[in-house]
Amino acid sequence: MLRIECPCCGPRDHDEFRYGGDASANRPAYDDPDFEAWYRYVFVRENPAGLHREYWQHVIGCRQWLVVERDTRSHAIASILFARETRA
Amino acid sequence: MRGYSAFSILRNGLTGQRHWRRVWRAPDPKSAYDVVIVGGGGHGLATAFYLAENHGVRNVAVLEKGYIGGGNVGRNTTIVRSNYRLDGNTQFYEFSMKLWEGLSRSLNFNVMFSQRGFLLTANSPGEFDTFGYRANVMRLNGIDAELLDREEVRRMVPYLNFSEKALFPVHGAILQGRAGTARHDAVAWGYARAADAHGIDIIQGCEVTDFVRHGDRIVGVETTRGRIAAAKVGLAVAGHTSVLARKAGLELPIESHILQAFVTEPIKPLVHHVVAYGADHFYVSQSDKGGLVFGGGLDGYNSYAQRGNLGVVREVAEASIAMMPCISRLRILRHWGGVMDMTPDASPIICPTPVDGLYLNGGWCYGGFKATPASGWCFAHTLAKGEAHPLTAAYRLDRFRTGRTIDEAGAGPFAWLQ
Repeated sequence: MLRIECPCCGPRDHDEFRYGGDASANRPAYDDPDFEAWYRYVFVRENPAGLHREYWQHVIGCRQWLVVERDTRSHAIASILFARETRA
Repeated sequence: MRGYSAFSILRNGLTGQRHWRRVWRAPDPKSAYDVVIVGGGGHGLATAFYLAENHGVRNVAVLEKGYIGGGNVGRNTTIVRSNYRLDGNTQFYEFSMKLWEGLSRSLNFNVMFSQRGFLLTANSPGEFDTFGYRANVMRLNGIDAELLDREEVRRMVPYLNFSEKALFPVHGAILQGRAGTARHDAVAWGYARAADAHGIDIIQGCEVTDFVRHGDRIVGVETTRGRIAAAKVGLAVAGHTSVLARKAGLELPIESHILQAFVTEPIKPLVHHVVAYGADHFYVSQSDKGGLVFGGGLDGYNSYAQRGNLGVVREVAEASIAMMPCISRLRILRHWGGVMDMTPDASPIICPTPVDGLYLNGGWCYGGFKATPASGWCFAHTLAKGEAHPLTAAYRLDRFRTGRTIDEAGAGPFAWLQ
């Protein structure tokens, strides 16, 4: 079980959370006609063997979306933020 | 290669088993090859074998960073079937099934292919309807498929949960009688031995660290055992495809996820087929040693850790006793994880790549083992001719750009939901 330190609820098992995938994929603006940008957003993944920024939603808890930075080899978590705080 | 036969067993038995030979050589890498295959799993070894057998390309090396049989070819649940619904998959996996049916003979190695039948339960009328659709597709493609109603399923596998109170009652099933299991290690060893007999170098403990370029073209690999030049480089490293492809400057629609497998303590014969649960993700067969071998879904988050998480152990255990309550007291002996290349449509990628000299075989999700012979056959064709084999024409990398995805699961472009 991963232990995710929810900034709202404290440390919780990861099965309280829903996984939301790679947080470094940038969603183009809804009216952006650039095919390449949409292709990359929907399909292309860096898939690092190492630090990975990813979304988790605390569905059985505060229901906040988080951005977790986790090592995909050791599962060690480097940082956790509310997703809204990671947006400019 | 000295052939294995009843006579060779007898002769070696009478001479104290002292004259068996190494099954394959342990050569030092040469400085150059016509084809270098990265990855000595089932797919890489099968590719090497068919390069020699079908195309006469023998100046080939297979580079394996660990040891033969230590990766996903030795970590799967050994199921072989060809009950796919979508064009591209249906024909490819059936071709693989036909190769399986003659594999022990073509390799002179007993891969213990056992066509015990694959039965997938339908747990709702709607699910049964989709199985009818699937069975029709299979039959139109010349593949055996039968639909069974609840009573027929009960006669065949009476140990399933046939309670009227089951949350997901058995409504019927789809059966492919020719499907079954094979001994996964034997597949790796058999292909390795047969490839080696063609003069192909299988080099273990040799990790590829980078690619050698000449202009835009890849002309070799840097390895932990030195530089090896190659006219063509084939990647067959599913699980770690992204890591190597990035070194070649290739971006891919792949995420790496963990899939676990489990084996229980041995029991007397109970499960005579491969049985899968239509209401959840669970599939089980019984090994010759008596252990129930089973698996479930992905751990659900990107991982290269090659070990599984207890949350999924619990989910799989729940699904197992929902389907067959009689095993609730069995103890799990071992569980292990393998790293899967997950693509956004759960179908593989076999094709030349936009990088000259580099060919890709990956994205096997959790369907790679059954595909081993056909994957090797078609990837060998791709490497020898420089173009896709007709059977893998649909498995092109650019299908995600052109919208021609083959999404058997219909889960959307989310690798962890496939």
